Order: sequence, then structure tokens, then C-alpha cells
Amino acid sequence: MYKDTIEKLTAAGLNPGKTIAETKKETGKDLVGVFPIRTPEEVVYAAGCVPIGMWGGHTEITLADKYLQSFCCSIMRINLEYALRGVYHDVKAVLIPTFCDTMKCIVENWKLALPQVPTIAFAYPQHHKLQAGMEFTIDEIKRVKHELELALHKIITNEEVEEAFHVYEDWRKTMREFTALAAQHPEIITAKKRYAIIKAGCYMDKAVYTKLVKEINEGLKSEGPSTFKGTRAIVTGIMMEPVDVLDIFEENNIAIVGDDLAIGSRLWRTPAREDVEDVYQKMAYMIRDIEGDTFFFDPEKKKGQMLIDMTKALHADACIVMMMKFCDPEEYDYPIYKAELAKAGVPELYLEFDQQLSSFEQIRTRVQSFTEMLV
Amino acid sequence: MAEEVKLTSKELLNQLTAKHYQGALEAKAEGKPVVWATSICPDELLAAMDLTTVYPENHAAAIGARKEAMTFIEHAEGRGYSSDICSYARVNMGYVDIKHAEAQDIPMPDLIFSSTNICHTVLKWYENIAKELHIPLILFDMPFNHTYDVSDNCTKYIRGQLENAISQLEDFTGRKMDYDKLAQKMDMNNATCQWWKKATDWGKVKPSPLNGFDMFNYMAMIVCMRNSEDGHKLFKLWYEELKQKAEEGKGPWNSAEEQYRIIWDGIACWPHLSTTFKTLKKYGINMVTSTYPSSWYKVYETNDLDGMAKAYTGNYANRNLNYGEDLISGLIKDFGVEGVVFHSNRSCKLMDFRCYEVQRRITDKMGVPSVIFDGDQTDPRVFSEAQFETRIQALVEMMEKNKELKRRGDL
Repeated sequence: MYKDTIEKLTAAGLNPGKTIAETKKETGKDLVGVFPIRTPEEVVYAAGCVPIGMWGGHTEITLADKYLQSFCCSIMRINLEYALRGVYHDVKAVLIPTFCDTMKCIVENWKLALPQVPTIAFAYPQHHKLQAGMEFTIDEIKRVKHELELALHKIITNEEVEEAFHVYEDWRKTMREFTALAAQHPEIITAKKRYAIIKAGCYMDKAVYTKLVKEINEGLKSEGPSTFKGTRAIVTGIMMEPVDVLDIFEENNIAIVGDDLAIGSRLWRTPAREDVEDVYQKMAYMIRDIEGDTFFFDPEKKKGQMLIDMTKALHADACIVMMMKFCDPEEYDYPIYKAELAKAGVPELYLEFDQQLSSFEQIRTRVQSFTEMLV
Repeated sequence: MAEEVKLTSKELLNQLTAKHYQGALEAKAEGKPVVWATSICPDELLAAMDLTTVYPENHAAAIGARKEAMTFIEHAEGRGYSSDICSYARVNMGYVDIKHAEAQDIPMPDLIFSSTNICHTVLKWYENIAKELHIPLILFDMPFNHTYDVSDNCTKYIRGQLENAISQLEDFTGRKMDYDKLAQKMDMNNATCQWWKKATDWGKVKPSPLNGFDMFNYMAMIVCMRNSEDGHKLFKLWYEELKQKAEEGKGPWNSAEEQYRIIWDGIACWPHLSTTFKTLKKYGINMVTSTYPSSWYKVYETNDLDGMAKAYTGNYANRNLNYGEDLISGLIKDFGVEGVVFHSNRSCKLMDFRCYEVQRRITDKMGVPSVIFDGDQTDPRVFSEAQFETRIQALVEMMEKNKELKRRGDL
């Protein structure tokens, strides 16, 4: 029964610690921590390990204050807090990309916070469309592979990387299908379930996870027309947490029918090139072909139009902005697409939050007012 | 022929600043294109193309020092810019709309030239301006050097971008790059950087003839005049003045004596420049150096694009903690530094989120006391005069204790 699978993955996404422990037990594989965003998980997977997403959590911060001021992105502070508490002592290596100024510093502090685990820092090229940029992507991915080999004491063959890439391509394709089907059935895939199911993928073996999502997709295909009568929204941002926010959406009968989230469609909306043979070239082209992503150079700032197009294509009523406090790149993008959404007549709800947020009354009131306004 | 009036370097600095901005405004009025560039970028390429360039970070600092920043900051925040992003960016975003500042006006850009060696922020900031003004953006992506040295991969990638930038500039101007002229600009850049370093090195002398807050002012010119005759002349003159002062045994100020020698780590608090300067001076504290002299020391072999790539990606802000520790430890040793003031600058996450660890390391390694204060480069709301003075008093106590131990031979 696919609805049991929905419940299973929802629970998995909402309980990362338990899910990670089960993944380790069930697969018997070693775990490698992967920071946000778009870490080349294929290389980790090729090494026979499970990449585990490191997306912060919901906790008090005390130890991380040794390294970071309070005006730092909560995902990064909490990751560091967990590292200092020993939560990640079991991972075999940690991959950290340097996408923003905060992450550049996190790389440096992380080496001290978790000295016993190899830190593998790397950068994607902001000039992702230039030839020099594509060569840099390939050089960096190969360097990451080499450093992983040293950390894991094993050789990762190119064939293993190719096989892993196929697993991930299958996952990306499956997730594109899932989000499309979920948009057709918000009465089944509610805002919270949608997000939790997606997030579960950060903590599971992708092959195992993809199989389960395929079950859900098949189940959704067998459903009749949707009975959903509430608000259809798209969402943009890094993530939708704390998950209490999702309860508020559900209370107000808001469904998420499309997303531009870092834990979400940004990970899979760019398909691989079929006319490219070499797996590293494929990975570089995938980075090259990214459009309208907050974390990649985009002088045309395509995000606003992409949000407008998504709203139209999915017959959404509004766009919700989940602004991660202290995330510079996201904060810079906002005024540009805010104006574009307004010009296009797309209602927009801006919610600022961090992972430590514990009082939700103000957000509840704003969400209520917004849905009333839409009616 | 009238005898040339000999200017002091400060007079020349003021004259050149006026000339720089006036020249840019006139160029725009004449229909010539104007470039906005970041503070440490390979602008030799622009100079070789005869492009008039202004530097919004310099401009924002001038607006901040004139206590005019809030007009622009409030405007930017009103448009949806978070108060947590860089205040230089907020000032500049506001200026793009308001287009007039009492402190100084600058012409609107026709091209952006931005380099991420100083921060990732400038990528997003200038993406927005390029989009809003419908102008091209030439970006240099200089990845953070998480290894001690600049890697060959990064050098190759940046070199590729330099070559790409040349062709973008050729498209923009409709002219071919004059490589002889580029070589001349590289030569001039190297020579000016040498004078900048030689001048700021006078801070090593005790007492230091260099007043570090003057360095903040001269810094604006090393940003925008590294490859010009004017810049070369200015820094040579400044060097000669400092040399003379040093030879005469003169310290940083006429009205007080240098008691303590410190490093100020981070950008100045421009809106509170006078307060911070006077507070330090009150206790006889002179900032003898900072990480800035090396940040603009962009010396490389002329015509060597790999060398140029390495030089431009190799500044302090783009280097790892081990490098930062060594740089500051070296400055402490070479400049006889007795204390460090870290500016926890709300605008500059790249500097802030490493400073706690840098502080611990230099305390352990060099035994030099330090304090951290909260401030911002242009947003006047973050700084507290009382907190600043309390921290400085604490630093003085610690430095005095060390002095006493040294006098007793215990340190």
C-alpha cells in the first residue's frame, strides 16, 4: 500500500537521527557527511558509502559560540554545534563546499571542531558556464574523489562513479516525477508530507529511497482527480524548517505544489546531458546547465521569472518565501524577485526564520491573514 | 614657468581624490562609459582599455565617514534588502536609486567589474545592480583558498577568467586589447604596490611615524590608483614623508606620544572614525599596521597572467586560518605589536567567523592580548561607544601588564 510508504518516508524525514542509524544498520555502509548544497554525492556513493545530508537541526547552541557570532546562518551554527557535541564522530569524512562567505569560514572552523574526521573542502565555479569553469568543476570533483580515497583507504574507480551517477540520475528523474504528481494530489501529499518525504532522501541510500518514491509515484498515478480545495502555493528558499511551519500551512489548508528549495527541486530540476559520455563531463555539464539558482552566478537573475512561470504552470495561488535568516545569497536575491512577482501579480508571503525558532504565533497570524487575503 | 608648489602627501591625497571623482563625472557627461569595480580587482585590464573606473566601496566608506549612510541604508532596506547584509552594499544599492550624496557623487555604471577574492557578497551585490541597470557584469570568481597555498587548479581557472575578461572588454569597447599598454599598467601597478608596502612598513619603527588611521585614508587610493602615475607619485611621497619623520624620531601624532602599538583587524567603523581614533589616541594607542598593507600588495611578473591570478586570489580574506595566523603573527613580530583590536564587523561575515579562532591562536602563539568589539563599516547603528571604550581599557590593562612583566624581565 503506497500510503504506508508515504507515512514511512514522512517519518524518516522528520526523524533524521533515527533514519541515519537505520540506514547504517540496514545497508552496512559507512557514512560520509555532506554539507549543503549540491555536494557531489555520486563520488561518495561510488566509494560504497552513504552520503548523509548535514542540514542542521533544532537545538540550543552553546558550544558553537566558541567559533561563531550569533549573526551566523543557523544551519552552519547547528552543524558546528553537533560536531562539537560528537554527533558526527561516526562519519568517515565530511564534504563542505564554499558557496558563501559563511561556508568559507565554516570549512576552517570545522577542521578544528572535528579534527578526527577528514574535512574535504571544495568549490564549484561561479563561472559555471565558461570552459575554464567546467574544467575547474572536473578538477574539483576529481580532487574530492582523490581525497575521499585517502580518507576511506580505498580506490574509487571511474566505473563506480558512472554507476553511482546512474543511481543519482534515476533519483533525480524520480523526484521530478514525484513533485509533479504531488502537485496533482495535495490532498494526499500535504505540505508537511511533501517536505518530509523529500528530506528523507538526505539520510537514506539513494537506491533504496528512490525505489520507495517510485512506489509512491505509482500510487499517485492510480488516484482519481484531486479533491483539494485549499490554497496552492509554490515556495522558494533553503528549506522549510522548523517543521512547525508546515503544520501552520496545513492548518490553513495550504499545499505546496512546487518548489525552488535547496532541499528540493534545485537538486534535481537540471537534467543530465544525454549526448555527453564521460561521467565527469556529465557532472560538469549539470553544473553548467543550472539556471536561476541563488548559489550560482546568474547575472540575468532568472529566478524571478522562473518563480512566475512555475506559479502559472502549476496553477498556484501564491509564492511563499522561506527566508533563512543570515543567508546572504538568499537575502540578496529577494528584493529583485519580490519586485518581479509583484509586477506579475503573484501574491507573495515572506517568512523569515532560523532553525532555532521556537515561537510561531507571529508566523501563524501572518499565514492566516495571507490566506484570508487570497480568498 | 611658475615654480611647482610642493604638496604634502595629504594635500596630494585630497587633490587626487577630487580629481578621481571629478574625472569620472566628466567622463560620464562626455558620454564615455564608466565602470564600477570592487576594491581588489585586476583593474590593470580596465586601465589598459582606458576605461574610467570608480569603486563603490570607497564611495560607501566616504558616505559613511560623512555620517550620511542611513539615508541610503534605509532606502535599500525599504526595498527589501535585509539589515543583515553588507552595509557597503546597502549604501550602494540606495545610491543607485537616490543618485546623490552630499559626501560625493559618482556616475552610474555602464559596466561592472567584480572580484570575489574579497568576499562572495560582491557577486550577489553586483548581480543585482547589473540586472537593475541592464548592464554587463564581468566577474572574477576567485575560490576561497582552503589550502595554505593557492592551488594550481584555482590559478588555471582564474587565468581562464582573465582571458575571458579581456575578450569581454574587447566586446564592450569595440577595441582590441593593447597588450603593450597592459604591460605598462602592470609595471606601474607593481611599482605603486612596492611604494605602498614601503610606506606602510614605516610602522615598524618605534615610535611609528605612521598613524594607522591615516592608512585607512590612503587605502582609498591604493584601491583606485595602483596602476596610475598619480598613485605612484602619492605613495612615493608618503613614503618619503614617513622616512623623514622616522629619521627625526617623530611618532604618529604631534600632540601625544605613542604608548602602545596595535593591529586593528578589519575595516574601519567609518561613521565612528573620529570616536574610535580619539579613544585610541587618548590611551596613546597607535595602530601601526593591519592586514591591509599585504592585501593590496599585488606584485607579479609583468605579462604573467598566472602570476596575476595568484596575486589577486591570494589576499588575506581569501586565505585559510593557518595563513591568517601566520600573517598576523608575522605582523606582530615585525611591527613590535603589543595588542590586537578585532572589529567584529556586522557587514563582513568572512572576517567575523574566523576572528575568534585567530584571536585564540595569536594569544597562544604570540602572547599578545586582544579584544573584540562590535561594529560595522558603515551602518552607524551597530557600534556602541561605551562598549568600544571598555574593551580598549581592558586591552590597555593587559598590554600594561605585559609591559610590566617585560620590565621585570618575566616575559
